[in-house]
Amino acid sequence: MEFIICILAGILFATGVYNILQKQLLRIAIGTGLISHAAHLFILTMGKLKRGQPPIILEGITEYTDPLPHALILTSIVISFGVTSVVLVLAYRTVNENNTDNMEQLRGNEYE
Amino acid sequence: MNNLIVLPMVLPLLTGVFIVFFKSYIQVQRWGTFILLLVNVGISVIILRQIQIDGIISIDFGGWAAPFGILFVADSFAALLVLTTNIVSAICVLYAMPTIGKRRETFYFYPFVNFLVAGVNGSFLTGDIFNLFVTFEVMLLASYALITLGGTRLQLKESLKYIAINVVSSSLFLIAIAYLYGTLGTLNMAHLSMRIAESGQTPLLTVISLLFLIVFSLKSGLLLYQWLPGSYSTPPTAIAALFGALLTKVGIYALFRTFTLLFYHEQQITHTLIAIMAGVTLIGGCIGAIAYNNIRQIVAYNVVIAVGFILVGLAIMNTTAIEGAIYYLVHDMIVKALLFLLAGTMIYLTKSEKLDEMSGLIRNYPSLGWMFFITVLSLTGIPPLSGFIGKVLLGQGAIVAESYILLLLSFMSGFVVLYSLLRIFMSCFWGETIISEEEETPLSKKVIFPSAILVVLTFALGFGAESIAPYVQDAAYTLTNPSVYINAILPD
Repeated sequence: MEFIICILAGILFATGVYNILQKQLLRIAIGTGLISHAAHLFILTMGKLKRGQPPIILEGITEYTDPLPHALILTSIVISFGVTSVVLVLAYRTVNENNTDNMEQLRGNEYE
Repeated sequence: MNNLIVLPMVLPLLTGVFIVFFKSYIQVQRWGTFILLLVNVGISVIILRQIQIDGIISIDFGGWAAPFGILFVADSFAALLVLTTNIVSAICVLYAMPTIGKRRETFYFYPFVNFLVAGVNGSFLTGDIFNLFVTFEVMLLASYALITLGGTRLQLKESLKYIAINVVSSSLFLIAIAYLYGTLGTLNMAHLSMRIAESGQTPLLTVISLLFLIVFSLKSGLLLYQWLPGSYSTPPTAIAALFGALLTKVGIYALFRTFTLLFYHEQQITHTLIAIMAGVTLIGGCIGAIAYNNIRQIVAYNVVIAVGFILVGLAIMNTTAIEGAIYYLVHDMIVKALLFLLAGTMIYLTKSEKLDEMSGLIRNYPSLGWMFFITVLSLTGIPPLSGFIGKVLLGQGAIVAESYILLLLSFMSGFVVLYSLLRIFMSCFWGETIISEEEETPLSKKVIFPSAILVVLTFALGFGAESIAPYVQDAAYTLTNPSVYINAILPD
């Protein structure tokens, strides 16, 4: 099972990197989203996908899944939500101010 | 008593939240932030002295014993950096008051500065690697807000690149943490260090260490500094000074922590790589500092050179070199802030960023000119000033370790720093006076006063090197002997 999820995370990563290297601003935002998905899946996999009950203490259950990666992912999901919304609003403002969403045309040519 | 070490992070957070409610009462925001930072300076001095007496101080949150809960750890290295951070940011806030403009002040400039300081202090003090990620994000989100605050076209352009690169490096950081957790099953730094030592740093762990190297290099601008000159030259001066003094230094701190505490077993791989990266950073920074005709760009490339210089100390990895690197790190935080403030003041006075559009400023603004000259001398490492002792110790360490190429590169970079800054000094302050006395923009005392404090500090650090020597020696001793750190956290 870990093997399959690792390949899935790899695919997410590859598509994310491909999107980040594009010129359109929105694609870059999508790329960062894909990369953070890949990272979160990866944390889950690294905590081992052993079969077990959800980490809630109930009577009569002895096998639980590892609760620590869940807590880590939850934290980092919230952080990446915050960052993604900042990126989206910023992209919106940049497009409005500069009248382009092409990264090539957003180069600062003010310094010579 | 050890509750004291959470205050450098908790107080700015609380103040930041508190002054959000005083949107239109700018005086409350200003002086609230400034007084908080002064209180923090006092607290960090107390912490520093306490560490001299008791050894490393740590606090387990919620009473959970070391490997299971999260914790804050203050050793001399962290405490010295916290102290310097608070001093520098207090002075930047003092500079921001007359210069940043009413519009930015009403749009939550001071709360963001508070959160930035909280993130930086938290990164220095945490003893848990995932907590380090979180405090990094606190710092970075505040810096995203500060870099875009005001929303001019240029700022928006450059900040997108800055944010994109930091989002990617944060994801890489998460993945590195996931690998580390998958192989070792813990996130506490002391516990990690123990488990790595037990397994003798297998090749898998070395690969993970290289991933950490990439992550922190992106944050600190070691070799991967291409985002830095653009994004540090667009925000207003007070913000640029905060960034130049603090942000890359957190990356440098994280590199020192990981490669002295965790991954110190395979030095011929990791530390050789750091040495190569530091060397190339020095060369690249030097080329950039010479190439540009724009004051802000030259100053930004000087940050890159300093990063390379400090990381040479880590690459050499003996006590003398690390001691030198710590002296230089503290000196560089203070003097880089000073350099950014002075360059920003020059741009504010002449309304131009180009070298060839300024001339003869020394007649109009003698105090500014001589302060700039002192900064140049201090950054180059002329003896009575603060840059000297760090350079000498680092050079000594390099000679002991027989790494002559690094020695040559790091000392040659000193000449380039001298050349690039003297070029600013000679072409802007000497020569014909362009601005007549009637036309000159008055330089108010409020604007020049913060820089004057920093000049006094660089003299104090230079003459009083003896008085901070015990702290620096203790910091270097702890960094080179990881067992001291581990025994303080996990008493078995």
